[in-house]
Amino acid sequence: MNFSLSEEQELLQSTVRGFVAKECPTKAVRAIFDGERRAVPALWKGLAEIGVAGLAVPESLGGAGLELLELALVAEELGRGAVPVPFLGHALATLALARGGSEAQKAEWLPRLASGAARATVALSEDGARWLPQEWRAEFANGRVQGRKLLVPEADGADLFVVGCRGGTLALAPAGAAVRVTPEPTLDRGRPLATVELDGAPAGPLAAFDAARLVDAGCVLLAADAFGAAHQLVRATAAYLQTRQQFGQPIAQFQAVKHQLADMALDVDPTRGLWWYAAHAFDHAPAEAPRAASLAKAHITDRAQQVARDAVEAHGGLGFTWECDVHIWFKRVMFDRLWLGAPELHRGRFAALEGW
Amino acid sequence: MNLEFGEKYETLRAEVRAFCAGSWPLRGDEARLGEREHAIAWRRRALAAGFLYRTVPRAYGGAGAEPDVMAETVIRQEFDGAGVPHRVGVQGPRMLVPTLLECGTEEQRREYIEPTLTGELTWCQGYSEPGAGSDLASLQSRAELVGDAWVLTGQKIWTSNADEADMMFGLFRTEQGAPKHAGISYLLIPMKTPGIDVRPLTMMQGGVDFCEVFFDGARIPAKNIVGRRGEGWKVTRATLKHERMLIGDSQGARVSFDALVALAREVRRNDRPAIADPVVRERLAEIAGYVATHEWAVARMLTAIHQGRDAQAASEMLMTKLFGTNLQQMIAKLALDLIPEEGLREPERSEVVMGIKPFTRARWVSHYMFSLAGAIAGGTSNVQRNIIGERVLGLPRDPRPAA
Repeated sequence: MNFSLSEEQELLQSTVRGFVAKECPTKAVRAIFDGERRAVPALWKGLAEIGVAGLAVPESLGGAGLELLELALVAEELGRGAVPVPFLGHALATLALARGGSEAQKAEWLPRLASGAARATVALSEDGARWLPQEWRAEFANGRVQGRKLLVPEADGADLFVVGCRGGTLALAPAGAAVRVTPEPTLDRGRPLATVELDGAPAGPLAAFDAARLVDAGCVLLAADAFGAAHQLVRATAAYLQTRQQFGQPIAQFQAVKHQLADMALDVDPTRGLWWYAAHAFDHAPAEAPRAASLAKAHITDRAQQVARDAVEAHGGLGFTWECDVHIWFKRVMFDRLWLGAPELHRGRFAALEGW
Repeated sequence: MNLEFGEKYETLRAEVRAFCAGSWPLRGDEARLGEREHAIAWRRRALAAGFLYRTVPRAYGGAGAEPDVMAETVIRQEFDGAGVPHRVGVQGPRMLVPTLLECGTEEQRREYIEPTLTGELTWCQGYSEPGAGSDLASLQSRAELVGDAWVLTGQKIWTSNADEADMMFGLFRTEQGAPKHAGISYLLIPMKTPGIDVRPLTMMQGGVDFCEVFFDGARIPAKNIVGRRGEGWKVTRATLKHERMLIGDSQGARVSFDALVALAREVRRNDRPAIADPVVRERLAEIAGYVATHEWAVARMLTAIHQGRDAQAASEMLMTKLFGTNLQQMIAKLALDLIPEEGLREPERSEVVMGIKPFTRARWVSHYMFSLAGAIAGGTSNVQRNIIGERVLGLPRDPRPAA
């Protein structure tokens, strides 16, 4: 048994971590939250150059031909840096297309998606928090999609949409006149959401990919992102509390504070294997994958949210300000916890899959 | 990443399974032995087969095998599945034996190790005192060398199994006036020695496990010291090298959780099985997240040990105890909420036992209380938080008064 990463996987992760450390300092993220700019295009371009945009694309089509675990390892690093790039929707749409597209669809789109020349995303949720495939109502017939999809990540500027439709089917709709994107004010400003209205938009079927698998993959990426963000919050909070002095000593030396930090670490650190396994199962133990994905998403994002709340509290008055960076990660985790459904939804899915 | 154990370990698994099937339960004349003798007879066989305490050198009754955490995991899984008595007594095999291997004399190793591994010689640990708990090094029980004997005076407390053990390994102050940590020696004490009085303490749930032990001039041979005079603290630290033998596993949490799910299927709430109740499902699924987290954290830790990634393994090991004891308490709390009427009744004495197998309702009530013991024994949860803060997060140490 070997429950660890390969050298290649560790290298991928350290490469992305190095890129983020160098190219995405917190001040770049803060500039977006402060409204000074809407995006940092160079970040996504740079990540695409090191292969992040095409991880799941077959090598023959310009990608790296890797699995969900590699995508999740990248998600961890992007969460750690609260990196404002359109990774989530692109990774999911690309994965679905690479695994379930026709040869023609793949040849048309994947090389450009892998290089970063084009960008894709997923349009899933509908009014009433309809996140799961059996709840979708958008109509797909005669090569056209009709429907209104909510909370679509990074829709503005996307070239291609994977759209969830009635009966849990998926359609592939290129951007165009019949696809209207309305950006929504988004709490996590690093990952803006939009409403996407498809009014008879031309589309093709994405027939060979089970929409439930898209939900599973999304759960894993969100769990990994939340893990990275929460891990960073624990370390950043520990570092700050060693500099903050009261009563003539760093407050991290007070046991009340030390114990709070230890409990935060206990909420986060041990969960790494939970999303690792869920990612591994997606490609190597498909029967286990839905359960593992929903459990990882519910548990990790819930723990990460608690850690983010603790981090604000531990920073004192400063922690409650816009000026303090903690709110950036706090909102990152809020997004991870709620997008694709709150923990309650996924615990319910897990319970049903367990046969309870 | 590969979650299969692979051919080598599956072969081992088959061997262990065949060994268990052939050796347990005991047959013929042996089947008439008492429980303790049963365990000893089976353990002799398991030691000879090289499946029990396999890294202990051959000269002392083990198999002299290289440490291999995967092999140990496979063996333990099979032993647990077969219900063989492999878990008898933690103190002797897992604490004393590594200490003797590290610091004992040849004579001590030959005298004590093998009978300890078979279970013929049982041990208790004499560390805590009424005034020395988390601050263990402030202990005050004394041993004075008079002629060829140590003369012991003082009191130990929270000593598990002291009423049944043959021997105690304990810490005593031997160097009066020496600095706090430098005045302690590690002694081996036959419990039948005159001058030792063992008084069992009744635990909050009504059971008996730990004891007070009073020493009033008890004399033990001078040679019963491990390491040098005044180096007892170092001896206990040296044992930490073998900490990996003490690593937790997640089996206990999984067994309890499966029993909790079975309980939720069995009891009724609002005229249907409790497991159909949305609140119960939500709480069960939340706990399931912790159970799976624990299992995969242990799998990561085992891999790290196997690969010699000591820093990673250590930091994960430091969290395992607190995580596991929190989890057992969560499981017990939900179980009690499923059987509220039972929680108002005092369990029969026969149901108040260590551990919770088999999971009768009365034993869940007992476990609801007993699950707290894990948060206290072997370093309280607050001590664990200090350790995690200091060794995992690198926070400044507590200010320590000069010794």
